[in-house]
Amino acid sequence: MEYILIIISAVFISNIVLNQFLGICPFIGVSSKVETAIGMTGAVTFVMVIATLVTYLIYHSVLVPLDIVYMRTITFILVIASLVQLVEIILKKISPPLYQALGIFLPLITTNCAVLGVAVLAVQKDLNLLESTVFAIGNAIGFGLALITFSGIREQLDLLNVPKRMKGVPIAFIVAGLMALAFMGFAGIV
Amino acid sequence: MNPWKNFSKGFIKENAVFVLFLGLCPTLGVTTSATNGLGMGLATTFVLVMSNLVVSLVKNLIPDKVRIPAFIVIIATFVTVVELVMKGYVPALFDALGLFIPLIVVNCVVLGRAEAFASKNTIWSSLVDGAGMGLGFTMALTVLGAVRELLGSGAFFGMKLISGDAMLLFILPPGAFLALGYLLVLANMIKEKTS
Repeated sequence: MEYILIIISAVFISNIVLNQFLGICPFIGVSSKVETAIGMTGAVTFVMVIATLVTYLIYHSVLVPLDIVYMRTITFILVIASLVQLVEIILKKISPPLYQALGIFLPLITTNCAVLGVAVLAVQKDLNLLESTVFAIGNAIGFGLALITFSGIREQLDLLNVPKRMKGVPIAFIVAGLMALAFMGFAGIV
Repeated sequence: MNPWKNFSKGFIKENAVFVLFLGLCPTLGVTTSATNGLGMGLATTFVLVMSNLVVSLVKNLIPDKVRIPAFIVIIATFVTVVELVMKGYVPALFDALGLFIPLIVVNCVVLGRAEAFASKNTIWSSLVDGAGMGLGFTMALTVLGAVRELLGSGAFFGMKLISGDAMLLFILPPGAFLALGYLLVLANMIKEKTS
């Protein structure tokens, strides 16, 4: 039950994109087509869950015992950067079709603040290993939900007659604002 | 390049937020008040100037293949410096900005300038570029913070201007998206007028 609550709260109540403002760059950048949004979601889910697991282990078995918690930011970003490279190499070898699908998104993920953000949040919230993993999965689903629904809306938006100065990014932000407003309706259900 | 042009491009022509759409997470996340926006902007400016300086100093020593990880380590070092200094001297601001301080590491503006400018230019012009882009980013965050604070709590830099209730929505997450959306429309109008 506890784990279901973590997932529901990560997906709906404090949605990583619409409520915590993490991963806004891919949210605006790769959301013009539903297909690319799905690809990006897959890549982010993959990296986010593995990165949270690995950074959790490193934090609690290296940084805390050695009392060098202030090295957290440097360690985490290095772990994520090398992990992304590793995932890229492994995927290329064992699953070329998946690599083809996710390939172009993988390098972008290093600088996706959602991945680093979730890893940092998981250690800040003092979650245990299983809770951290569930937390990462929930946030990845939340990211996917926001990104894919938003890209669906943006595809429709292209067909509308939007005032000239609002075309493109400005109207995307206003739509995102309305989506965030809708997500606020979930506040307080847990 | 003319130093003044190099410095001033970050404010209007190549403004990180309004023109290049970089560094949007902190832009939306911390701008619940003008003070927070200003603080976040200055912290980012410090990291930007220092990392530009170091990257342009060591650009010839770093092999091309590992330059991105090397840049990230340099940036992360200065982010840790900012984290410790802010925790020690401005704990209230540190708490308000929260998660977004360590996330300066993944701010695309910082890595973008290191890769696109500092790794190809002299130390002096990299410093000027970092300061210009950083202060332009600070300006954008402060403007957005001021607009949201004014609409959402009727205050300006913490001074209450309007008594009674304001539009709380603008302090909440949806207000961040809406305010930035309309500011971008305004930026487009200014761009049209000037060109």
